[in-house]
Amino acid sequence: MSAEGVGAALPRKEDDRLMRGRGQYVGDIRLPGLQDVAFVRSPLAHARIRAIHVPEAYRDRVFTAADLGGVQPIRAVSGLPGFKVSEQPVLATGKVRQVGELVAICIAPTRAEAEDIAAAVVLDLEELPAVHDMLAAREPGSALVHEHWGDNVYLETLVDVDIASAFDAPIKVSRTISTGRQCMAPIEGRGTVVQLDHRLDQLVVHTATQMPHIVRNGLSECLGIEQGRIRIVSPDVGGGFGYKAILLAEDVALCWLALRLGQPVRWLEDRREHLTANANCREHHYRITAYAERDGSLRGIDCEATVDSGAYSAYPFSACLEAAQVASILPGPYDFPAYRCRTWSVATNKCPILPYRGVARTGVCFALELVLDAVARAAGLHPEVVREKNLVRPAQMPFENITKKHFDSGDYPQALARALEAIDAAAVRARQSRGEADGRRIGLGLSVYCEQAAHGTSVYSGWGIPMVPGHEQASARLTPDGGLELRIGAHSHGQGLETTLAQVAHEILGVPVARTRLVHGDTAMTPYSTGSWGSRVMVMAGGAVAAACEELRDRAVRIGAHLLQTRPEECRFEGGHVVGPSGDVPLEAIARTWYRRPQDLAPDTDPGGLEVTAGYKPVRDSGTFSYAAHAAVVAVDPDLGAVEILDYVIVEDGGTLVNPLVVDGQIYGGLAQGVGTALFEEMRFDGRGQPLASTFADYLLPGPAEVPMARIDHMETPSPYTRFGQKGIGEGGAIAPPAALANAINDALGPLGVEMLHSPVTPRRIVEAVLAAGTGPEQAREAA
Amino acid sequence: MKPAPFAWERPASLAALLDRMATAPGSVKLIAGGQSLGPMLNLRLVEPDLVLDITGLPELREVRVEGETLVLGACVTHADIEDGRVPDVTGGALQRVASAIAYRPVRNRGTIGGSLVHADPAADWVNALMALGADVEIAGRSGRRILPVERFITGALEVALEPGEMLRAVRVPSLSHTTAWGYVKHCAKIGEFAHAIGAVRIDPAAGRGRAVIGAVEGPPLLLADARPLFGGRIDAAFAARFDARAADAALQAAGMADAVERHVHVTVLARAVAQAATPQPQPLPEAA
Repeated sequence: MSAEGVGAALPRKEDDRLMRGRGQYVGDIRLPGLQDVAFVRSPLAHARIRAIHVPEAYRDRVFTAADLGGVQPIRAVSGLPGFKVSEQPVLATGKVRQVGELVAICIAPTRAEAEDIAAAVVLDLEELPAVHDMLAAREPGSALVHEHWGDNVYLETLVDVDIASAFDAPIKVSRTISTGRQCMAPIEGRGTVVQLDHRLDQLVVHTATQMPHIVRNGLSECLGIEQGRIRIVSPDVGGGFGYKAILLAEDVALCWLALRLGQPVRWLEDRREHLTANANCREHHYRITAYAERDGSLRGIDCEATVDSGAYSAYPFSACLEAAQVASILPGPYDFPAYRCRTWSVATNKCPILPYRGVARTGVCFALELVLDAVARAAGLHPEVVREKNLVRPAQMPFENITKKHFDSGDYPQALARALEAIDAAAVRARQSRGEADGRRIGLGLSVYCEQAAHGTSVYSGWGIPMVPGHEQASARLTPDGGLELRIGAHSHGQGLETTLAQVAHEILGVPVARTRLVHGDTAMTPYSTGSWGSRVMVMAGGAVAAACEELRDRAVRIGAHLLQTRPEECRFEGGHVVGPSGDVPLEAIARTWYRRPQDLAPDTDPGGLEVTAGYKPVRDSGTFSYAAHAAVVAVDPDLGAVEILDYVIVEDGGTLVNPLVVDGQIYGGLAQGVGTALFEEMRFDGRGQPLASTFADYLLPGPAEVPMARIDHMETPSPYTRFGQKGIGEGGAIAPPAALANAINDALGPLGVEMLHSPVTPRRIVEAVLAAGTGPEQAREAA
Repeated sequence: MKPAPFAWERPASLAALLDRMATAPGSVKLIAGGQSLGPMLNLRLVEPDLVLDITGLPELREVRVEGETLVLGACVTHADIEDGRVPDVTGGALQRVASAIAYRPVRNRGTIGGSLVHADPAADWVNALMALGADVEIAGRSGRRILPVERFITGALEVALEPGEMLRAVRVPSLSHTTAWGYVKHCAKIGEFAHAIGAVRIDPAAGRGRAVIGAVEGPPLLLADARPLFGGRIDAAFAARFDARAADAALQAAGMADAVERHVHVTVLARAVAQAATPQPQPLPEAA
């Protein structure tokens, strides 16, 4: 390993500008003549539009669906059998189906003035019963979000692998488990600035997105204009987490508006729009039964899972990805012989659901890990014993699980063992049995998951959604002075790709990381890519950059050999030099020769020169499987429901770590979001489908004081299928914490007869459960 | 999230401010730290015609001790108190309350007067100053008047200011070293508005005490005579006699129907009592 290559713990080069406030975001773009947009949004969750009254003075500054001739609705169709298609209008037509749905565009020189105009537009709405409860929405007689469907179900799926064989198990544990609806809350909201480039006859769309090329597909389809007329530029992106991996109606509206007005237009999402109007995630409901032997061995898992997918199928992942994924990943890292899972993706009058960091895994992990703890209690075993009994063992790798997922490598039991040792489970349990002087109760919680990442064509073609990843491409180009430019179609929204991909290139070409620039986030300058999602970029773009650099290296060797007056076979490439039998020539000299002294090249030199675009797929495209064991220790105040995280350990295996600092950063960030899911974040709705939080005073995010200083331990089992053995790890930190923390809380409160089965586990819910269990403060202390 | 149009003025003196408040047509709001009014303007929850910025008025930054009473101008910030830039007559009680208000950026700008006039039932000063027995000094064109905090706070976000009046100063009585003080709040996360507040000021030697149960629906529930919470008698052993059922009954009588909420409020009050009974003031345990 060189000091800057794969495996080096380099500080992120992009942090120099980001931490000094020199990042360049959509909100920083200033253009002459820019018009600001504010939207008139539906104040109701479900209503028929009777009329839209626009004051006469604003006739030329307000646009409604009636003006939008030729613009197609957003359609994110899945090819799975039975999927019902929703059409998300860019501006509402006929009905509004969620609070915050776009009804009219208002323009003015400033956002404040545009909001004044929006406030003057009067909507005449006939309120309809809101579909706000996904379970009730499945019942006959429910109000309908999309009348012509006849029900509210986007898709129902069923997997059954011999479940009946488990029914005679001696232990049967059933639970109803659910996770709250969340918002993604990146620091930077969405934002779009559109201008016209008359030279290229192009719309230049500056938008904060994780997937510029996919946004171009979607815009082209909705606007009915060819792709060559659209250029997507995604500058610095202040956090994505999946929220910036969907096409918004706002994006389409802004493009239409720029074409209509012939001048640049801007919309910057504010926090209220983010919280109430644009997309949600995480709301799952499980009825789950585990069948087991008395020693904790699982005989089978039987589950009915429902996901509240909201009013429209979001582009490109669709409304069914989340629920249908539940069925395929619920078995987690465990090996058991029988399985049944039925899922429903349900339409409601809420914002569309989208894949948030961890996607369905966070909910699945919560359901399965909580029910495993229930099995442990029923069997009188420690929770780790049940997990040890059922985890896939290293000797089984590579392992095809009950839903045909192909686990590439790893030692899951070792991760659990190391987590137990690091958290010192024996000492925690000794402290627990002693009791606390302040009346709080101590609990230990575990959670283990594996995460399929960077899964490709063979997996996504099966979903039949608008986006299927193929070969990932990257371009590598030497500059005339020997610097390196890399181009990828995926985009960084905080992952540190400018550093890690330069490290990959350095591993092969030896070009200093400081002299390597990553060009990305621009459809005009980069190869096509489905973008940054699914923890895929280090595997896919990393592999593609390596492939491009290898080809570049081979070409450099051929030129270098000529300069050394020898044959390429006599040369090797080392430390940025072509080394021959009697001397060496640096990459700088080779670049100078190609670009500026072509007279020194061999007559038969490769005309491709020092610029390469290469494509890459792993040996198998079924995905890498990173995994982790999380262990948490909490102190719970049963009277107030306050939860303090005393200790938190993560043992994870991301295969070969390209940059351990960046991996740690990913894990810490994911953990913070996992703590939010576990204890704080929830967007609640009332019976009329009204979201009950519109600021961060009501939608609680964990702050620095609420996120524990986790201790991270790395295992490194290389993936046999990827270029360097690296595995995708970007989402994992957010998957396990809700289960680990809820299990810890349940361990603490179990003696009081309390079991928390809904996230977030808020203080209010804890006190409610403690009081309902009939164990007041006095009894609680005695039970300690 | 941009405010509706409004005019902005910055009067040069208290007299000029009071004149402007009396003569300005339309609705008028005063702004000091703007930590509540700012977001309310941006969310268009309030749409005043005129906003008068009072932060430049020297009269409102005045601080002095009059005998046993600390007089704090309305524009004294939470951070001024937290950092000890103003005198103290409460044995550090004000400082400890101030140091746990929201976040430091809020404390840098937020003012004691602004917090009281906003009258959020979950705000620290609303509850702490009521428990301390503080008064407010109200100025208007026709003169000044003084009201105890519990008569000033008339409801959630409602205060006893007449048109043309403004809160000029807060008058905090001293806490003698024989007087016990406890203040506890319960938040789901640091910096959040409290879900429950308990505050007690108890003088065992005199057999008197005040208690406040705050962060409730309406104005804080004040027990100006706290003896019923202690079996009818306050003495040196008051903490041991704290009667949770009496507190619960008081909350029920005040209309708090939710048993979970009552349990949390009673627990927090009990902890404030326990804190008052410990000889050394502790850092606020729920907001460290």
